[in-house]
Amino acid sequence: MAEELKPITKTLGESLRESGVSRRGFLKFCSVTASMMALPPAMVPAIAASLDKAKRPSVIWLSFQECTGCTESLTRSHSPTVENLIFDHISLDYHHTLQVASGDAAEAAREAAMHENEGNYIVVVDGSIPLANPGFSTIAGISNLQILEETVAGAAAVVAVGTCAAFGGLPQAKPNPTGAVSVSDIVKDKPVVNVSGCPPIPTVITGVLAHFLTFGSLPELDSLGRPKVFFGKSIHDRCYRRPFYDKGLFAETFDDEGARKGWCLYRLGCKGPMTYNACATAKWNQGASWPVESGHGCLGCSEPNFWDAGGFYNALSIPDSDVIRQAAYVVGAGVAIGAAAGALNRSKQAKAASEHETVTIDDLDKRS
Amino acid sequence: MSEATLERGMNVFREQVNAPIASFFSSCVNCGMCAEACLFYTETGDPKYTPINKLEPLRRVWEQEFTLWGKLKSMLGLSEPVTDELLQQWEPLIYDACTLCGRCSMVCPVGNDVSYMIRHAREGFVAAGYSPEGMKGASRRAVTIGSPMGVKFHALAAQIKHVEADTGLKIPVDVEGVDYMALLSSMEIMNFPEYLEALSRIFKQAGVTWTISSEAFEATNSGIQIGSSDIARVLVDRVVVAAEKLKVKYVISPECGHAYTAIRWEGPNLIGRAYKFKVVHILELLDQLRESGRLKTEGMDETRLTFHDPCQIVRKGGVLEPPRNLLKMVASEFVEMQDAREMNWCCGGGGGVSANERAEELRLKVFKRKKTQLDELNVETLVTACANCRLIIEEGLEEYRMEIPVVGLTEMLAEHLVKEE
Amino acid sequence: MNTPVEFLLWVRGPGFDIALVVLLIGILIRLLEVLILGRKPDYSEPRGAELGSGLRTVITRTLPEKGSFRRSPFTVVGGYIWHIGFFISLFLFIPHIELIHATTGLSWPGIASNLVDAVAAVTIVTLVAMLFSRLSHPVKRYLSGPEDYLTWLVTILPMITGYLAYHRMVDPYPLVLGLHILSVEILMVVFPFTKLMHAFTFFIARWYNGAMAGRRGVQS
Repeated sequence: MAEELKPITKTLGESLRESGVSRRGFLKFCSVTASMMALPPAMVPAIAASLDKAKRPSVIWLSFQECTGCTESLTRSHSPTVENLIFDHISLDYHHTLQVASGDAAEAAREAAMHENEGNYIVVVDGSIPLANPGFSTIAGISNLQILEETVAGAAAVVAVGTCAAFGGLPQAKPNPTGAVSVSDIVKDKPVVNVSGCPPIPTVITGVLAHFLTFGSLPELDSLGRPKVFFGKSIHDRCYRRPFYDKGLFAETFDDEGARKGWCLYRLGCKGPMTYNACATAKWNQGASWPVESGHGCLGCSEPNFWDAGGFYNALSIPDSDVIRQAAYVVGAGVAIGAAAGALNRSKQAKAASEHETVTIDDLDKRS
Repeated sequence: MSEATLERGMNVFREQVNAPIASFFSSCVNCGMCAEACLFYTETGDPKYTPINKLEPLRRVWEQEFTLWGKLKSMLGLSEPVTDELLQQWEPLIYDACTLCGRCSMVCPVGNDVSYMIRHAREGFVAAGYSPEGMKGASRRAVTIGSPMGVKFHALAAQIKHVEADTGLKIPVDVEGVDYMALLSSMEIMNFPEYLEALSRIFKQAGVTWTISSEAFEATNSGIQIGSSDIARVLVDRVVVAAEKLKVKYVISPECGHAYTAIRWEGPNLIGRAYKFKVVHILELLDQLRESGRLKTEGMDETRLTFHDPCQIVRKGGVLEPPRNLLKMVASEFVEMQDAREMNWCCGGGGGVSANERAEELRLKVFKRKKTQLDELNVETLVTACANCRLIIEEGLEEYRMEIPVVGLTEMLAEHLVKEE
Repeated sequence: MNTPVEFLLWVRGPGFDIALVVLLIGILIRLLEVLILGRKPDYSEPRGAELGSGLRTVITRTLPEKGSFRRSPFTVVGGYIWHIGFFISLFLFIPHIELIHATTGLSWPGIASNLVDAVAAVTIVTLVAMLFSRLSHPVKRYLSGPEDYLTWLVTILPMITGYLAYHRMVDPYPLVLGLHILSVEILMVVFPFTKLMHAFTFFIARWYNGAMAGRRGVQS
């Protein structure tokens, strides 16, 4: 790990050129980044210039209660892309899964990076933090909470990658046995960017880092701390199946006529309307496809509590209970109570009639 | 001597609440449209005259005693009870400012029959001792003397003599087994004896066998107006007993609005059984005679005239076509008022208002409605078929300095009878 | 219920169950309370049949009598617009049909969502105008009590929250969707205890009105 401990000297541009990335490929990446971040094309040269001169920032990647899916998502691309290269050319100083070092050496690397880049490094977190018992998840005997607090203390910013880090994710799902919480539940005094998704889209992570490299600041965030450029619109609003929804054409099963014709998957439990993410535009696997395109409804994985949002195959707003069955009992009860109330009314009426004192012309006046 | 009390009134209110009334109160959304159908609102602009508002006491009884939710609310002290003060405050609204004309019942978008409810609400008001002096007096006279205006049979006998002298026709009294028994309203006896004369001449020509009962000649029913079924029953019963004693096939309701409602629609329910005779309104009978060719007229009245639909006979009585058919026989320049037939505006004196001196000022004020209708038409004569409407309209016309003669339809027809040689 | 999704789950789960129970039991009680009261037999000789006349009035009262229309055009037109708009929004918006389909199995075609959106906007504006009319028209202001304003509020809330949810004007979406469902549940709970019941009892009221008039030979 000795090389990683050197101070940052190369710029990103130099590093990329050494790796054989052409100017053309680099510019293409810049314009893709610009369009994803909804920046005007005129910004592309500025992005390119900034990225070219950017120093490789130090990144410390902490993994807590997670499944490594987020890392898989970022690294297991089939062919090297500019995004991968960008990743190669940040100074990833600590990452369980990817680093060679282990044990004390690994922790020493983390501490060195923190010390070396005090106040400037970025902390990336995947996984949630258990609070119920610090022993549930430890690294080198140090609890996740302690490591996070220590590491974040000198960081410039924190990027919570994946829904577990961003919102608690699967570990936090009911009944949340570990008392899992998200990064932002703990880190209050540093900027936290949530890049949610299970896993998040690789381009979105690199896009956030690119933004940081280009502008030296974090992108604009939504109310859940997610970069608006990627999470600003719902899956539903950007879904190519949306016209079918508007026409009321729905697939009823995964293999019916409607499914074959590509109709809307709302009835099959698609959570597109409540889910904010860039899947519909960025797609997955180098733009090959995305869940809805492959014929399955959105699970809502980039949203808080998505594991607990009812069944994956239940539509969003529809009551879970067996309404018809319930209604039958209720109608029975209603008829019974109503009949009793009606009988009461009738007996009151009859009682009044039986107590009727005939009105004669002698009792038209009131003695007062 | 017993007396009216709030408790008696409350008990009667409870008796009145039935499925129609409960459905009406459940449905009201306070849209205010009934106000626009009520001449007491349109002519005064005072929102307290909104028909549904006149029912607040009965509404409270319904809500607080006939709905689970209302019972709960009053248990928690969240609702205002019906008190003497409330009834006192509401008495002028339900008696002075409602003629039971039923126009509001025709416009309510949820279908509330507001005038039906007012008729029922008055039952409770009477029992609780809140009804106008004028109407109490009329009821007492009707029960003790036999007519709300205090007309006894000898007064009628005197009029009969006059008519017999004028026409040379015998007016049958207490004749058994004839087809028809005619009723009269005391107003017709005292103010419009022309009616009796017209009847005798028309029946003579048409060959109708008829009689007047000396025991039950009065058609009006103060009990209906004050809103007491008990008093109304006493009065209706007299007619039923007399008609069944004389074994007539039909009883003729005269040119009087509420008399028709009383004897035709409410009577059988007051005595709790169907009659052994049928009730026809004089206009229905005349129209039948016209149809069968027994009523023959000659000459046409060429003055521009219109017909005032008496609420109880037309809108609430269903006698819609006969007056028109009959008028067309004798009038060439008959024009309809705007809102004619079942949407006609009341004269302002129905439902006992004419017997209620306290209401006079208000009644004359709301007569502007009829005045406006007449002003639009520019007619020379007004024909109607209700002695009460006739009297009220004459008073109103006088108040507003309008010179339009008011004529009863039956008399008008009698004037055009083919002269027999 | 610390998160919007938990809130959404509550309103579409236990919340909906509670509201449905209250609504159904409440409506049945109110209807039976009315119907079981009955009315006395009418011994007068009828001029016309009650049944047909009553049914005719149930239909014909939907159209205003022309004099009333002239005298209160705003109440009539406003009433039409918002009632129709409310029903279009409720029954022809595709997600609503989906909900009914999923819970009852019944289904019918809806209309384009952007059209429903426009209708909803008109409905909301009309409801606000109706409130203004209630506050300013002398008769309506005089008649109106807390219940009239409460029923107005619980009627407009689902429209407003639905509009906000459709346009995603409140963040996050599960929160506004939950608020929308909650507002409907409030409407369901309030419904049987207020004059909102007219939506059911007006059939009975119109029928009695038409029947009683029809018996006397008048089509009311």
